Amino acid sequence: MQLTKEEIQHIAELSRLNLSAEEEEKYRNQLGSILDYVKMLDEVKTDKVIPTAQVSGLMDVFRDDEVKPWNQEEAEASLSQSERENGNVKVKRVLQ
Amino acid sequence: MNLNELNIKQARELLDNGKTTSLEITEACLAQIAAQDGQIHACLTVCAAEAREAAKAADKRLKAGERGPLLGVPYLCKDILMTKGIRTTAASKILENYIAPYDATVVRKLKEAGAVMLGKTNLDEFAHGASTENSAFGPTKNPYDLTRVAGGSSGGSAAAVAANMCLFALASDTGGSIRQPSSFCGVVGLKPSYGRVSRFGLLSMTSSTDVVGPIAKTAEDAEIVFKAIAGQDELDATSAPEKIISDLQKKIIDPQAKTLNGLRIGLPKEYFLPELNPEIRERVMALADKLKEAGAQIKEVSLPYTKYGIPVYYIITPSEISSNLARFDGIGWGLKDEEAQNLQEFYKKSRGAGFGPEAKRRIMLGTYTLSAGYYDAYYKKAQTVRTLIINDFNQAFKQVDVLLTPTVPHGAFKIGEKSNDPLAMYLEDIFVTGASLAGLPAISVPAGTVKVKDGGDMPLGAQLIGARFQEEMLFKISEFLV
Repeated sequence: MQLTKEEIQHIAELSRLNLSAEEEEKYRNQLGSILDYVKMLDEVKTDKVIPTAQVSGLMDVFRDDEVKPWNQEEAEASLSQSERENGNVKVKRVLQ
Repeated sequence: MNLNELNIKQARELLDNGKTTSLEITEACLAQIAAQDGQIHACLTVCAAEAREAAKAADKRLKAGERGPLLGVPYLCKDILMTKGIRTTAASKILENYIAPYDATVVRKLKEAGAVMLGKTNLDEFAHGASTENSAFGPTKNPYDLTRVAGGSSGGSAAAVAANMCLFALASDTGGSIRQPSSFCGVVGLKPSYGRVSRFGLLSMTSSTDVVGPIAKTAEDAEIVFKAIAGQDELDATSAPEKIISDLQKKIIDPQAKTLNGLRIGLPKEYFLPELNPEIRERVMALADKLKEAGAQIKEVSLPYTKYGIPVYYIITPSEISSNLARFDGIGWGLKDEEAQNLQEFYKKSRGAGFGPEAKRRIMLGTYTLSAGYYDAYYKKAQTVRTLIINDFNQAFKQVDVLLTPTVPHGAFKIGEKSNDPLAMYLEDIFVTGASLAGLPAISVPAGTVKVKDGGDMPLGAQLIGARFQEEMLFKISEFLV
């Protein structure tokens, strides 16, 4: 399966990846051959098979919705190690 | 024998009898790392000062009369597990300077047990690969032949154990990442059942198959580490409570049991196709003979959907990766582009510069297979074939108790031999993805050596796959394979 240049650019856009022209061409070919390979699955009949999303053997794992204490410094550093202001994370401008 | 060459059991005896100290063993390991790692490159970070402190603390506990299976035992940790205060890079530029704010549950458990962490080991970036060549910091070399790969993604952990830089190592396995490098480096690697060990603090790759497990010098050592890290964790909702063990398992794992009478071992014929290297077949069959001598019954079984394991894995894995790696957006941590004028550009530039080629490939592949119009054809299709692969194992475990297979269809390959062909690298996982997709425990144990193309003899592993939660059975059987 050949992906077009436009397709690979669209995938890169959805993936939020900046690619050089060289990279675009390389991944266009490599992704094409991987997709060709996995197409082998089409020969398997799966009409009546239920898909498997997880194999933990567990269902509906609930816990009480209560706040448990966690080291404040660890909690903040988990949120962000970049610039913070009054407990908020600073980001780049979203709207021009 | 140098102290760094000890296994856990030997070290335990010396430590408990006061014949040596944790600090002495730790120093021996640090000296071995200093002497060897310039060539092998198994370690990304060595925390000698912290290790010495931890060793001294363990010695104090020992002196006070405390005992514990891992008290004072030095180990190395795959750099995809979070370690408080010590950088965790996932072998990626995007996390090059990331300092985790807390410990992964497995790391915390080992800390409490008094094990001594020496540092962090190399891996394929974010554990994407089968050779450790995808590390942003350069490949790990195989201690048996420095021109060959150590395997991957846990190549650093496997090479470090093989080169006696530590007594054991922690690693992770998503589709073979513990077992394949263990086979290449001639050590023992256990992939536990999915959910048996907490994944809290493991940087997520493929959430539906990721597990943490040990790489060790003996199966007995792997069992000691496994017991120390296993168990349900309220911080990982997929971790499972202990399950009741079957009567047969009880009988087999009884420490008094000196035979494997009553045990049925299956050889899946799809793992022994005519094109399998005859030398590898011979090695694995030699192990089958040992088990037969011990009283086990050997039977051929069939797992007809085996050949679809790789295509299923290489749809499900990139799909889950594309979602899991979306969190690396340059904002909270990691590499960031300071020039970007707006948020979209910032994301794209930070990620474009931070991720290496294989991570980018998988993110894009997964983004594509999950995107509108392709989800059913790829992702859902793979999930349904995954069901059929699981059914195969369920059927097989009605006829036999454990499966015996080769771990990898060859010995370690040359550095650079497959790095330009992603598909060839994916095929490395041919014998190891099945147990991952089905969430089953599997151990790779040394099975001798095999001749490699334009080289000498390299280590080779054989794999035992058990029914869910039957790790103890795998350890017991491994005892008969030494």
